[in-house]
Amino acid sequence: MNPQFIMDGLIAGAIIGLGAVGVTLTYSILRFSNFAHGELLSWGAYLALAVAGALGTLSAGLTKPIAPFSFGWALPLAAVIAIGLTGLLALAVDALLFSSFRRRGSAIIIMVMASFGASLALRSLLEFLFTSRPAYFTKALQIAMKLGGGLRATPDQLLMLGVTLVSVVTVHLLMTRTDIGRAMRAVSENPALASIAGIDVRRVIRTTWFLGAALACVAGIMSGLLIQIRPYIGHDLLLPLFAAAILGGIGSVPGAMLAGLIIGLCEALAVQAVGAEWRAAVSFVILIAVLLVRPRGLFGKAS
Amino acid sequence: MTLDILAYAAFFLSMALTYAIICLGLNVQWGMTGLFNVGIAAFVAVGAYTSALLTTPPSPDRFGGFDLPIFVGWLGAAITSGLLSWAVGALTIRLRSDYLAIATFGIAVTVQLCMLNLQPITGGAFGIGFIPRPFAGLQENALLFSLANFGVMALVVLALYLGLEHLAKSPWGRVLRAIREDEMAAQALGKRPIRFRLQAFSLGGAIMGLAGAAQAHFIGFIAPDNYMPILTFQVWAMLIVGGSGNNRGAIAGAVLVWGLWALSAAAVSSFVPAEQQARAASLQIVAIGVGLCLMLLWRPRGLFGEVSPLTRLKSLRRAPSKE
Repeated sequence: MNPQFIMDGLIAGAIIGLGAVGVTLTYSILRFSNFAHGELLSWGAYLALAVAGALGTLSAGLTKPIAPFSFGWALPLAAVIAIGLTGLLALAVDALLFSSFRRRGSAIIIMVMASFGASLALRSLLEFLFTSRPAYFTKALQIAMKLGGGLRATPDQLLMLGVTLVSVVTVHLLMTRTDIGRAMRAVSENPALASIAGIDVRRVIRTTWFLGAALACVAGIMSGLLIQIRPYIGHDLLLPLFAAAILGGIGSVPGAMLAGLIIGLCEALAVQAVGAEWRAAVSFVILIAVLLVRPRGLFGKAS
Repeated sequence: MTLDILAYAAFFLSMALTYAIICLGLNVQWGMTGLFNVGIAAFVAVGAYTSALLTTPPSPDRFGGFDLPIFVGWLGAAITSGLLSWAVGALTIRLRSDYLAIATFGIAVTVQLCMLNLQPITGGAFGIGFIPRPFAGLQENALLFSLANFGVMALVVLALYLGLEHLAKSPWGRVLRAIREDEMAAQALGKRPIRFRLQAFSLGGAIMGLAGAAQAHFIGFIAPDNYMPILTFQVWAMLIVGGSGNNRGAIAGAVLVWGLWALSAAAVSSFVPAEQQARAASLQIVAIGVGLCLMLLWRPRGLFGEVSPLTRLKSLRRAPSKE
């Protein structure tokens, strides 16, 4: 068997893991599974595309590829702006929709349903704005480098792995070493007690949305750079995201990342062993297996 | 001309009634029991394909074609979809409430994959054609044919409506309501919530399968494209608009939303230039999504929400005193 599947799996897994960290954070702090999270990935990718396009027209030098990579300075700059915009989008959706359900103390399942409606609206809005034709960050071709051991990767792919590592370590440190991280964990344990203890729950909720959306934006841009940008990229990744969040254990950031890598590797393995057309079923099989054997996931707490 | 309009009206209403059947199935799961199903399209598809395999004439390039009577196909469809929902429910109903939603979402993705890739059984992307249509003998007379089909759909919907209304008032339906309103109290009375929920989820799934079969035989052709996630959204919009928990609301919502959908689709295709039609169609979907959220925010009970037995009792008591 060709060992290249390890590299492909790691990169796909990095994207899934970054998205799953956002899912697991919203799930543990806001207490509902957000079906619109996939759309944050797609919106992140398209926002970055739009901003990069605008920067490119301002100054042509920004689109000239930086030495080993396939994109120019326009993309990293656009990524930073897009992260902020995606965060604002998540906050806007929360303000318009979810906050009023929280105020009323609606059942969890109503929020799940609202997120379902929001995902439909957000995705079709992208289709309306950008049409369903695939778009690309760059048209440049890259030659994969030999890494030894039969593995090959393009400089872009290695950069993606690096960015993922930095993002996850940052989020992990934020959650464990800072005040806002401690506050977030306290709210996920017990929101009522946390607010009595003087924690600003609304600030925690805002941070959670922003953090989840930022990671989703990074994952969306990576997915767009790796393959292409379509309005459905987020929707197609939603099942792997949920599977990774549940496999990792709800609320666990390292768990979600590790589970994302596991799912990415399993998908890549299945593509080689069974065929690419069954790729999307892998996360379903893993999800069912987790629910049967260990519903709380690898690092989850027993309910 | 009037005959044409009448034939079209019968066709339109029959199509709306097939959605009404799905909606009734969803109402058993969501309205009566509070179980969230995001994979409606999958259960409908499984029913449609089961019935198609059972009733089509044998075909050399794929499995099956058993040439059985249509009635057997419909029964088979309900049983297969019911069993599938039972399996999904058995796995997830005992866990957190949104795990069921995630699992049904997974089922929808997986069934879509199976339809596309299990070519020897499902015919792949091209689907299955030549599904026998009820009253095929009347096909020369378009009006009579549509009216007969409409009659069958109306009978099925009526039978389901009466059956479900009876069920809702039966001890079984009362236990379901009790569990939905106060699980702890129902448990204290010795009812096992998981078992009742599982039964309701399977019953709802079976009704969706029946709807899939009815739709497949009405159109005569099925393909994976008919069972995209948008179907799930449409049915949810129908139930939420009509009012969950209310069977009459489910039927009315189905006819109303299907009417709006067909009307706006006709408007898009006649007023929008051809190259912009795909974009206009996506705006149509944005409208459904936003509409669903707005209904949840402003009128969570829908146009005809469930009348709770307590309010009914109060109004009964109040009525005689007014005289």
